[in-house]
Amino acid sequence: MSTIRGSNNPTTDAGTAPGGAGAAPNRRRGKSRPSLHRGEAKYGWLFITPPILIIGIFLVMPVLLAIWVSVSDWSGLGSPLNPQVSFVGSKNFEAVLSDPGLARKDFGTSIRNNLYYVLLVVPLQTALALFLAVQVNRRVLKGRGFFRTAFYFPSVTSSIAITAIWLFLFGATGAVNKILGLFGASGPVWFADPRGVLHIILGAVGVSSAPDALTGGGMLGVSWWEWLSGPSVAMCAIILLAVFTTSGTFMLLFIAAMQAIGAEVDEAALMDGAGPFRKFFSVTLPMLKPTLFTVLTLGLIGTWQVFDQIYLTGGGKPSKTLLTPAYLAYQSSFKDLNWGQGAAISFILFVIIILLTALQRYVLRDRKDKGRVSRALAGAIAADRSVVVAAATVASAADRGSSTSSSPAPSPSSSTGSASSNQAGEEK
Amino acid sequence: MKIRRGARWGAVLVAGGLLASLAACSSGGSDGGDVAGQKLTVLIGSSGEAETKAVTDAAASWSTTNKATAKVVAANDLTQQLGQGFAGGNPPDLFYMGWDQFQTYASKQYLEPYADNAANKDDFYPSLTSAFSYKGKFYCEPKDFSTLGLIINTEMWDAAGLTDADIPTDWAGLETVAKKLTTADTAGLSFGAEYGRIGTFMNQAGGSMISEDGKTVTADSAENLAGLTEVKKLLSDGVLKFPADLDSGWSGEALGKGKAAMVIEGPWISGLKTDYPDLKYKAVELPAGPGGKSTFTFSNCWGIPAQSETTAAAESLVEFLTSDEQQLKFSDAFGVIPSTESAAKVYSTTYPQNASFVASNDYAVSPVAFAGASTVIGDFNSKLQGLSTGDPKAILASLQTTLQTALDAANK
Repeated sequence: MSTIRGSNNPTTDAGTAPGGAGAAPNRRRGKSRPSLHRGEAKYGWLFITPPILIIGIFLVMPVLLAIWVSVSDWSGLGSPLNPQVSFVGSKNFEAVLSDPGLARKDFGTSIRNNLYYVLLVVPLQTALALFLAVQVNRRVLKGRGFFRTAFYFPSVTSSIAITAIWLFLFGATGAVNKILGLFGASGPVWFADPRGVLHIILGAVGVSSAPDALTGGGMLGVSWWEWLSGPSVAMCAIILLAVFTTSGTFMLLFIAAMQAIGAEVDEAALMDGAGPFRKFFSVTLPMLKPTLFTVLTLGLIGTWQVFDQIYLTGGGKPSKTLLTPAYLAYQSSFKDLNWGQGAAISFILFVIIILLTALQRYVLRDRKDKGRVSRALAGAIAADRSVVVAAATVASAADRGSSTSSSPAPSPSSSTGSASSNQAGEEK
Repeated sequence: MKIRRGARWGAVLVAGGLLASLAACSSGGSDGGDVAGQKLTVLIGSSGEAETKAVTDAAASWSTTNKATAKVVAANDLTQQLGQGFAGGNPPDLFYMGWDQFQTYASKQYLEPYADNAANKDDFYPSLTSAFSYKGKFYCEPKDFSTLGLIINTEMWDAAGLTDADIPTDWAGLETVAKKLTTADTAGLSFGAEYGRIGTFMNQAGGSMISEDGKTVTADSAENLAGLTEVKKLLSDGVLKFPADLDSGWSGEALGKGKAAMVIEGPWISGLKTDYPDLKYKAVELPAGPGGKSTFTFSNCWGIPAQSETTAAAESLVEFLTSDEQQLKFSDAFGVIPSTESAAKVYSTTYPQNASFVASNDYAVSPVAFAGASTVIGDFNSKLQGLSTGDPKAILASLQTTLQTALDAANK
């Protein structure tokens, strides 16, 4: 899902780039050789008109119209630009963000639900994707093609179909509860259980009702105690579903990146005496940092926009614990005909995604080494260096076991790490 | 520099042109027009194959007599498709308008109040006429109606040793039979965790949502609390289970699967015969509570968009579709009760098994549905899903505040 979103950007870049490229030579050489380049600008405009029109109609115009709708009182009747529609300022945003009432409470609830969803799905799917990628990338593995296809399969299946299957699996007498029953446990009625997981855990240790300190305050009309509910049992099933479906897509990205890591790096690490874990955390993972950034960004964007699963499981049931901002925007617009409020929610969601992506970029930013060394070169240098250090250590130390410890390891990790994160900067 | 500026102005021009062309799309409608030669699109929220076919056939027979065309489209998601149609400036010429959305649509001037001048406007049940009136104006003609009743699986009833004398007439009776019918695999009673079902208990206790004058919300009354407490009691006794706890999408499915012995549903339950041909059931009136008998009546009307160019043709089609003869044909095809009093009388003699649904319309009320109420009711429903662990008093207190806010906004 999220990969489709991501592909918008290249189109935009491709659309605007020819304008600049076409204009630059004209300006530089225009005076010396006018005859050859006369009318270049005209043709430039001609060539970029189709993309401008397409982007204008399908991207810029809808966004501008949505901005207008979010600050208007459009009732959904006729065009949003007709004269009866008037400007209402930030009223729609206030209804969602500050006015005490149901709209704000619903929005707060949806943000809470989605926050837990993001917090669990993004790390879990990234970790699982990485784990699967490492497993199917091993040369000794038999039937690699089979496993790759199998793991990737959920990603190419329609999310609606998978959600439907999930509804059966997690039904009251579904397969999951049957299996739990074999172990003597009785599973919950997954998709009808609105209890928050953290509340259940707190209840188990004796905190079954909210302490006074947490009932009073709150944010967006939802008390702190409610914010701390954790994902509901139903949401946990959806989280498992999301991890199951998207980890395959991201596994593919990781495999591609891993295959770009030369065999010589692996061999170098091996020579260095690094075990599989050491190799993974100190060599492979740092070299995957650009891909990690991509995966986290796509994951972050995709998870904040979760919609299909919510639509199919009943639009927020049970007890609105599955309500998400994306679904709420849809519901406010199409079901309650509060188009302005729906558009306002979409824009708030947009801002949240932008801010979180910026934050994530800041956290994963380059810390040192501004030089632009290619990844392969950096890897080779790092490997080279570590081999030298390793050899020296082996020579000096009598005990081979102790040689693999402290000294050589930090150097490859730090140098490859920073070099490859330069790549991350470039790709962005 | 010059080229840069040129580029900027070019972009502005393009954007401006697009804006202008989009604005041009929003041309308004005009007056009614003729019937003959018109092409109508009819959007329906169909309960299934039988309903779609019946409406399509009816539209086809109207088309031939009037030399017009009426195309019937069964919506996947009626509310969403209607919202999209209106927003796109291209609503269907005639459509099902649900009781829960009607007030919102009317208050936003989506609908043509054609019913106020229609020839047959006095033929309908008064409760249905009022459900589809906004600010004293009768907007659209109800196409049929349904009331809620208690549907009993007769095989389980007999197996539990119960007879006709045991059919519950009050809450105590309901508790007794529900207890007797509850087994390890079967819940004695089941209905959806929503206002549309649980609200009947609140009304049976003598409660109401809104005061007589329509200005004050009375959700947190002692009567409503009594109704909600009764439902909670049935839940905690283990004799009532919500459909989701029985692996079912709705309680009718639970009845068909044999997971519930009694459910609270309407005449649409007859649709179960396609999926569960062996199911034997009967419908009786809902038991009375301390405040007397009460049930809900639901209805759809035939909506016509405001200022449509095909209003005349659509009105003619509605007149045909709401005629007694045609409504009884619909009853025959998919079990709905005709919305006119005369046709409903014929219906209850033709279908004695559904007579209880018609009979209970004498005291049935429409669920609260003023403009903007559906969001609040949706919130109430979400709380009702957690009723087994929730506090009825707190649920009603929160409903009181939110519903009052919405009512004030609607009355403004």
